[in-house]
Amino acid sequence: MLELIVISTLNGVLFGMLLFLLSSGLTVIFSMMGVLNFAHASFYMLGAFFGYQLTKWIGFWPALVLAPLLVGAVGMAVERYGLRNTHKHGHVAELLLTFGLAFAIEEIVSMIWGKSPMDYRIPAALDFPAFTVFSTNYPAYKIFMLVVSVAIFVALLIVLKRTRVGLIVQAALTHPSMVGHLGHNVGRVFMVVFGVGSALAGLAGVIAGPSLVTQSDMAGLLGPILFVVIVFGGLGSLPGAFIASLLIGLIQTFAVALNGSLASAFGPLDPSLGPSVLTDIWNVTIAQIAPILPYVLLVLILIFRPMGLLGTRET
Amino acid sequence: MRKIIMSAAVTLPFVFGVAHAQDSVKIGYIDPLSGGGASVGEGGLKTFQYLADELNAKGGILGHKVEIVPMDNKTNPQESLVQAQKAVDAGIHYITQGNGSSVGAALEDFVTKNNGRNPGKEVLYFNYAAVDPSMTNEKCSYWHFRWDANSDIKMEALTNYMKGEQSIKKVYLINQDYSFGQSVRTEARKMLAAKRPDIQIVGDELHPLLKITDFSPYIAKIKASGADSVVTGNWGQDIALLLKAAADAGLKVNWYTYYAGGAGGPTAIKQTGLDHQVFQITEGFPNSGNKAAMEFEKDFRAKVNLSLWYPRAVNEMRMFKAAAEKANSIDPVKVAAALEDMKFEVLDGGEGFMRKDDHQFFQPIYISSFGTMTDKDKEPFDEENTGWGWHLVSKIDTAQTMLPTTCNMKRP
Repeated sequence: MLELIVISTLNGVLFGMLLFLLSSGLTVIFSMMGVLNFAHASFYMLGAFFGYQLTKWIGFWPALVLAPLLVGAVGMAVERYGLRNTHKHGHVAELLLTFGLAFAIEEIVSMIWGKSPMDYRIPAALDFPAFTVFSTNYPAYKIFMLVVSVAIFVALLIVLKRTRVGLIVQAALTHPSMVGHLGHNVGRVFMVVFGVGSALAGLAGVIAGPSLVTQSDMAGLLGPILFVVIVFGGLGSLPGAFIASLLIGLIQTFAVALNGSLASAFGPLDPSLGPSVLTDIWNVTIAQIAPILPYVLLVLILIFRPMGLLGTRET
Repeated sequence: MRKIIMSAAVTLPFVFGVAHAQDSVKIGYIDPLSGGGASVGEGGLKTFQYLADELNAKGGILGHKVEIVPMDNKTNPQESLVQAQKAVDAGIHYITQGNGSSVGAALEDFVTKNNGRNPGKEVLYFNYAAVDPSMTNEKCSYWHFRWDANSDIKMEALTNYMKGEQSIKKVYLINQDYSFGQSVRTEARKMLAAKRPDIQIVGDELHPLLKITDFSPYIAKIKASGADSVVTGNWGQDIALLLKAAADAGLKVNWYTYYAGGAGGPTAIKQTGLDHQVFQITEGFPNSGNKAAMEFEKDFRAKVNLSLWYPRAVNEMRMFKAAAEKANSIDPVKVAAALEDMKFEVLDGGEGFMRKDDHQFFQPIYISSFGTMTDKDKEPFDEENTGWGWHLVSKIDTAQTMLPTTCNMKRP
């Protein structure tokens, strides 16, 4: 049992940190521009595919640096030539733009790379078990993913809280016109923030690609969970996104490990009732409903605390 | 006169061109070409295209060219019905599908209704891999033919083998949460309880179909249960990623599977070092020892750059040709009649037949294990460049695979 708890905790924290890499960019972009970027998970997918392609050409380590930069450049271009122009038409236009973009990116990716999974392998230097807990190996690559995510989290925190750049970004979040009057180019701040947010998603894609599956539906699989994370954590709140990411990562992993069902709690139903919808519900285990638990959380938090865990405003 | 020749010269190619286009036998291939099932779907498409080329090189079917029309269903029953309707509208009389019994059941229902309502526009459904037993039992249809052994037949054979393995004490079941996965788990429980009551079922897992990208939480659970063997009907990325996660965690158990040989599976098995500890049950495999089958395998690999994963597709296409020739027609109604009770020499040797009562094809099936290759002359084929290959463990003859059916076939 202890073994299961340790391994599940490791897996849960890892998945949570990956979610955080993605949701941090999404939530900062949201609080700055008031736009929920539907294409955010697509940048994650682009990161994975760029990473795969560059790994083939120049190796994994250069790809780890270059691919997120490329995705960041794409993100900046989207902000500069897309969102900035639609901004004057209001948030709905911006929202629709990112919505369309998500589909366009998916189609373009499947046109270029096809629809089946890519053979994106873990680099040989990291392809060994890092350590063994209770006779279960824990792959070094997963530890690497964890280290990268934590490093990015710390770097992000320092930049936002301890540097001049962070100061300007934070000010532009709440008082954009004041920042503009002080002589800062608010447009450029927005563009850079959008670029950095996309690059973070791209980085998540590069490191998650070999471990999960790199294929053209990966954005669609992860996208909805991201919205759960940022709504649950509180729209625009970075610490909120962090807590929510970890929580959802852990909940999903631990739910899989549990076998409890109504039948095991209250005993089996009287067999004379025969098979019915009720017996189905009675016998469903927590593990089976694990994939929908995050969405249940989303509904609950919207009912009882609409601003999210650490959110400050009700949007 | 000159005018006539001129106009004939202009129109004749069109006339013949049209006649030729109408003449080709089109087979709608309704399977996933995107999403989680894409890897198996694309492999299947390449297999059918290869088989169509093979038939066409020998003059097609009764002189008609065979053409495979790819139709992406995203492993989704609703999408499959849309594609099937598109096929009907395009004048296609044969559809084939294999991935996902949820899709299979929807298509079976579709052809039954379509053929009842539109006489003269009948469509036959050739099923090469959807193995939910209900499709040839309570839900059976005259217009559906299945070339793969159904799940109960496979489980019967698998448990007969497991019965003799005294080292099996604790079994873990992990399956996909839909009709097929549920039938695997129910049958496994029932048959193991009957044949080896001493075996303990220490886990019984159902997970979402083709949605999971990281199986490590499930592997941690299997590990914690203390199981020595896992039984799974998983296919596509669900078996490849399951084995991959097991390899990463270093889980050492015996695997009794339906589809461990699918894309990505062999690589993961090699990585865990589970030498001849992963078993699969199929109607044929590369190193079966049958000369004709191994020749076919060699040519197939050379041209398609894949291992032959669907010997049943070979049987399906060749038997389709034989049935059309027997009926001397490519009319689906006549072909269906000809297929009933038809006997056929299968690719890997031995005689199979299409049972009239439920349209289930019965054939010899094999249990094979994956690992180091000892005799490269007899067993030359490895998988995915691992240097490991499939090795025969047990062969079950056609007669021993026969299970009764509850099908009450409604004939037109």
